[in-house]
Amino acid sequence: MVAVKRVLDYTARVRVKSDKTGVDLTNVKMSMNPFCEIAVEEAIRVREAKGTDEVVAVSIGPRQAADTLRTALAMGADRALHVHTDAEVQPLAVAKLLAAVARQEQPQLVLLGKQAIDDDSNQTGQMLAGLLGWPQATFASRLELDAAAGTALVTREVDGGLETLRVTLPAVVTSDLRLNEPRYATLPNIMKAKKKLLAATSPEELGVDVAPRLQTLSVEEPAKRKGGVMVASAAELVDKLRNEAKVI
Amino acid sequence: MFLTSSGQARSGLLWALRHVRRASGAPARDPRFAALEDSDLQFFDSVLGAGGVVTDPHSLQPFNEDWLGKYKGSTRVALKPKTTEQAAAILRHCNSRRLAVGGNTGLVGGSVPVYDEVVVSTVCMNKVLSFDTVSGTLTAQAGCILEALDSHVAGHGYCMPLDLGAKGSCQIGGNVSTNAGGLRLLRYGSLHGSVLGLEAVLPGGEVLDLLTTLRKDNTGYDLKQLFIGAEGTLGLVTAVAIQCPPRPLAVNVAYLAVPTFAAAQQVLVAAKRQLGEVLSAFEFLDKESLAITLRHLPGTKDPLPGCQAPIFLVVETSGSSAAHDSDKLERFLEGVMEEGLVSDGVLAQDSAQVQQVWQLREGITTALRHRGAVYKYDVSLPISQMYALVEEMRTRLTTALPHLAGSSGGAGSGGGGGGDGSDDDGPPIRVAGYGHLGDVPGYSKEICEQIEPYVYEWTAQHRGSVSAEHGLGLMKAGCIGYSKPPAAVAVMRQIKAALDPHGIMNPYKVLPPEL
Repeated sequence: MVAVKRVLDYTARVRVKSDKTGVDLTNVKMSMNPFCEIAVEEAIRVREAKGTDEVVAVSIGPRQAADTLRTALAMGADRALHVHTDAEVQPLAVAKLLAAVARQEQPQLVLLGKQAIDDDSNQTGQMLAGLLGWPQATFASRLELDAAAGTALVTREVDGGLETLRVTLPAVVTSDLRLNEPRYATLPNIMKAKKKLLAATSPEELGVDVAPRLQTLSVEEPAKRKGGVMVASAAELVDKLRNEAKVI
Repeated sequence: MFLTSSGQARSGLLWALRHVRRASGAPARDPRFAALEDSDLQFFDSVLGAGGVVTDPHSLQPFNEDWLGKYKGSTRVALKPKTTEQAAAILRHCNSRRLAVGGNTGLVGGSVPVYDEVVVSTVCMNKVLSFDTVSGTLTAQAGCILEALDSHVAGHGYCMPLDLGAKGSCQIGGNVSTNAGGLRLLRYGSLHGSVLGLEAVLPGGEVLDLLTTLRKDNTGYDLKQLFIGAEGTLGLVTAVAIQCPPRPLAVNVAYLAVPTFAAAQQVLVAAKRQLGEVLSAFEFLDKESLAITLRHLPGTKDPLPGCQAPIFLVVETSGSSAAHDSDKLERFLEGVMEEGLVSDGVLAQDSAQVQQVWQLREGITTALRHRGAVYKYDVSLPISQMYALVEEMRTRLTTALPHLAGSSGGAGSGGGGGGDGSDDDGPPIRVAGYGHLGDVPGYSKEICEQIEPYVYEWTAQHRGSVSAEHGLGLMKAGCIGYSKPPAAVAVMRQIKAALDPHGIMNPYKVLPPEL
């Protein structure tokens, strides 16, 4: 099972709304979160290596989330499930919804992107594993499934370098940038995707309360960087560091 | 050049051929031009100040050699004016002293000095003068870089009406002087339409202020059209007013594999009919170009690994509604696939993929350059003939130079140039077609003789233009006869003589030397 999120395109220029409640998304190009794309690619590779029979893509969101699911199907996922809601869903709610779906679908592996580029939360995969009581291997840069043994070997990118874990299945794995390079959606697959099953459900049907637990107080642009200054001598540099920047 | 520019039918081409000469060699240095003296340098110093006068031979090297490494001049000074007044003072001086003046990412040797012409660069004239957010008219100094201008107007929801691979370094003044076309000509038309006004310094030093932003102005002769595409031979363009179109909100790019060039033409017809007003670019590249780009340009990825198709297309739509455009595009793609015109393809799913696909087309020129010397021929032909020239040239070179162009894979002993032949870079000489032609390991007379004037003669016979977009420069000065009748060339000479009586502006280029 692979979870995907529809986010603003990573090259899109955004403006903060004048009332500071968020970012202005009108007419901004949206696409699949890049880390989710990597997760989908990895899921398909696992199926191609015969580690599993089926890849199911899941997404939570408004009507347009179905477009992201169509992309996942065009990349090669076998079927998709759209949890339709217009409400704002925060990571905890997403984790609860995915847990409910996982209990229905009973996958061997749940793949997610390590974080979404709109909120950079980096929480959903971890919370999902906690709710399900499954092992988790996050920031994966390499995944090797041993279906017969019921385990997976995962290399993680951590601050100190690379860490390798063996987890028992079923498990939650979140993808990092170097896990793979996602394939393009080819035209024949895009056509085939139209015939694949895209089922819909809702938080109510899954019995999950998605009320937000976090309140956004304000959203502001980062402070503008001031231009650099050329100094004429080392003495001037020391003077500025001491008296202006006050760092020495 | 791309599939939609069809050469216009010309009658009586063969009689024009008697006025042409092979373009590769330049004429001797014109003795009427003075040589640079210290007093000239002192004058330039007094006008431009420090930093505006470059005489160090090492710093002059980029001015003396063109981007392809094919043309080398020997100027002793390059000047960088910051204002139109400074540029005018320089030209006035050069005109009175009869010092020849030359210009710099051009592909036909039009931007480097042939001998010791004084180089004037507008690189320091890089200010945006104004931008009207309601009408979308941009006024900028000639030295502004195209990509920088595009970013500037993007902030207001507009885009530049032209786009080319060199956008990161080409200056708008140069684009206008060469009437650059590029990838979006299909959608926005040529600069002859989108330039609203310009300011130019005439060879004698007078400033010609035609810098209007009016869309409609029928008062007298439209002089700015003379400077657009004149390649600097009539005056120095110092500022440009250009009409910017609204930036499309939704861009979709598809990369398609087609089984034959004939199928590619039919895809074009279908695209124009079904995509209509949202079609914004239609480019083609062949298997050769793709292979060279994947190998020599880092960071490129094959969207269809294992695909053996001979021709690939990049089709772009730009519009105001993502849903509407995607819908149209998907129906078009389904149609052409069902008819067997397209054998495979990909649809970019986000802007990262859009950029990667464009890189395969825009990066070809750079990749070719990395591989080795390039003989580049930018011709426009009737669509049906376009690829035939590539195939004929391939056969011709393979027959004439089998040791260099034969399809023996591997072991190339070709001199100079990129591929080391031991891995799969193919024979040293390869002919790549993507609307432009050419790819050879080292510049040599032997190879050149096989290519020219054959390419021009073939083009003329098929009623095409020997220069679709790149202009004539030095490379094709003398080739104008293949595409324009003698009476036209005579009138051009009259205009040149009227504006530049001493002939100091970019000499030896564009027009053939008088016999």
